[in-house]
Amino acid sequence: MSQDASAVFRGVESPVVPERTSTVGVPVASIPAFVAGDELARLAETDERIVVLTADLASANRTTDFAQRHPERFANVGIAEHNMVTIAAGMAASGLVPFVATFAAFAALMCCEQIRTDCAYPGLPVRILGHHSGMSMGFYGTSHHSLEDLGVMRTIADLTVVCATDANHLRAVLRGAVDRPGAMYIRLGRGRDPEVYAEVPSVEIGRAIRLREGPDVTLIATGSEVRPALDAALLLGRSGVRAGVLDMHTIKPLDRQAVLDAAAASGGIVTVEEHNVTGGLGSAVGEVLAEAGVATRFLRHGVPDEHVLIGPPKSLYRHYRLDAAGIADVTQKFLRPTDGA
Amino acid sequence: MNSDGRGLSGTALSPSAQRVERLEMIADRAAFIRLETVRLARIAGAGHYTSVFSAAEMLAALYYSHLRIDPRRPEWPQRDRFVLSKGHAAIGLYPVLADLGFFPPSDLDGYARLGSPFGDHPDMRKIPGVDFSSGSLGHGLSVAVGMAMAGRIQGRSYRVYCMTGDGELAEGQIWEAMMAAAHFRLGRLVCIVDRNQLGIDGRTEDIMGIEPLVDKLQAFRWRVSRIDGHDPGAIVDALDGLEDGADGPPQAIIADTVKGRGVRRMELNLDWHVGNLAGSDYDEVVEEIRHGLPPGRPVPAAPRAMA
Repeated sequence: MSQDASAVFRGVESPVVPERTSTVGVPVASIPAFVAGDELARLAETDERIVVLTADLASANRTTDFAQRHPERFANVGIAEHNMVTIAAGMAASGLVPFVATFAAFAALMCCEQIRTDCAYPGLPVRILGHHSGMSMGFYGTSHHSLEDLGVMRTIADLTVVCATDANHLRAVLRGAVDRPGAMYIRLGRGRDPEVYAEVPSVEIGRAIRLREGPDVTLIATGSEVRPALDAALLLGRSGVRAGVLDMHTIKPLDRQAVLDAAAASGGIVTVEEHNVTGGLGSAVGEVLAEAGVATRFLRHGVPDEHVLIGPPKSLYRHYRLDAAGIADVTQKFLRPTDGA
Repeated sequence: MNSDGRGLSGTALSPSAQRVERLEMIADRAAFIRLETVRLARIAGAGHYTSVFSAAEMLAALYYSHLRIDPRRPEWPQRDRFVLSKGHAAIGLYPVLADLGFFPPSDLDGYARLGSPFGDHPDMRKIPGVDFSSGSLGHGLSVAVGMAMAGRIQGRSYRVYCMTGDGELAEGQIWEAMMAAAHFRLGRLVCIVDRNQLGIDGRTEDIMGIEPLVDKLQAFRWRVSRIDGHDPGAIVDALDGLEDGADGPPQAIIADTVKGRGVRRMELNLDWHVGNLAGSDYDEVVEEIRHGLPPGRPVPAAPRAMA
């Protein structure tokens, strides 16, 4: 952060913070997809309501990009996430549109009550950016994993829950978030999520994006699992399985019609999410299918109901079969359980 | 008294006479708050009497004498904000808002009934004049910090008043907000602590001690005063004495009060945190409140062993 990055909300004895690498030891400039700070800075050029808060993670989530361009509308509140979310609510009650960013585990799990009581219940436009979601923090372990956040967030009334697919998709979500009524939880990956969209897509919150048609099975994926699901569809194609892919970026309100259309158009549904299989995308899709009385083959694929192993993210995705090869294999066995091993 | 310092007859009053009128008005409105609280609690069949009674003089002083508000424009951007962090005292705030004209007093007749805008804790979406929905203790000061920061960003000079209980100072988030308010030098933020001595289970000092409170807040870099929270003169002086520097330290008023003040059977009595007055008890209490607080009675400390 530059010396004057917090000109308005600098501390009483604010030290000069030198340029830093991200918390994962990579120079922040080399992270290709952590665009929230940059996108919000662009939006703030024409919208004076936008403010950004973080809790001692500005260099990890690149809200530094915002702080440098709009120091008067940026505040680092220190490691005090509860306080941050409620401060944002107070700001929103005064006419601002605050975006608060911290690790998803702390945003959604630690601050669940502040999000419900102080943001969603009063209908305030607070945008919670939960980054490094799922198990993308790898060997940092369970304290830094967020495999329950979708389940917790989607039970909160008047809260919109969206998973960003990649950097371009995130830009679209942020643009759509500015004027959306009520509070939002926006789930981000680690900032190195593989690209799905070559340019900023047209995103309507609450409307799934159909990426690929396939009569045999539809993979309904969200967030970081959309690209692996697309790659898995290609692998499945090599073995003669025609798989469709749906980017279900909005978990709440869920695009029920897209789920029903997928069930009608293909021979089965597999949900794919970097989340505990309980309570997240798979549960939401299952509720739609069951209540509609749709008889289709259905599988929830995600992280099993356990605290995950220690390991690098890539190894974890392979171990839990959430990389492309794993998804393809799980889908094959689901469709033809008697085949192979 | 009129705002230009003239009495009802239009005669100009001396400053001391103006003060007497102002303090009597505050005492009168505090009695009104207590009377309305017992009336509304009877409609609902239960209510937080004692948490209102400790704060009645302060609510009256804020709303009838100090807050820069306009009942015709509840969303006026320049208005002073009031965050009732101890949201369970809302039953005492609603009558004030009605009395000032934010909504018709008759709206309160269905207090807490199915679908009413008015519940035990206030809902800012449903009630004009309520600046924030509170109820979960420990949150209000953070809300007020956000409002004060927003005022600075937007170049507005309003003040933000937050009233906390004393028991809720055991919540960690309060101290996060205390730190943030001082760190960001929110000079237009005022925290009023209703130091009414009791939580639900007993004395705060027996449940989770919060003293020495003045020392703690000063160590957190707040400007602190400590007053008798039932003395209208002391309240007015403390509010009048607030500094107006936008970049100064945040300011706290610790108000020593008696939970249940004004109704003897309830004063410092744990049984009345939530209760319901029935039958002749109701009439006796109304009569007692109408007589007003006995003058000059110092704030007693809660006995160590609570029944």
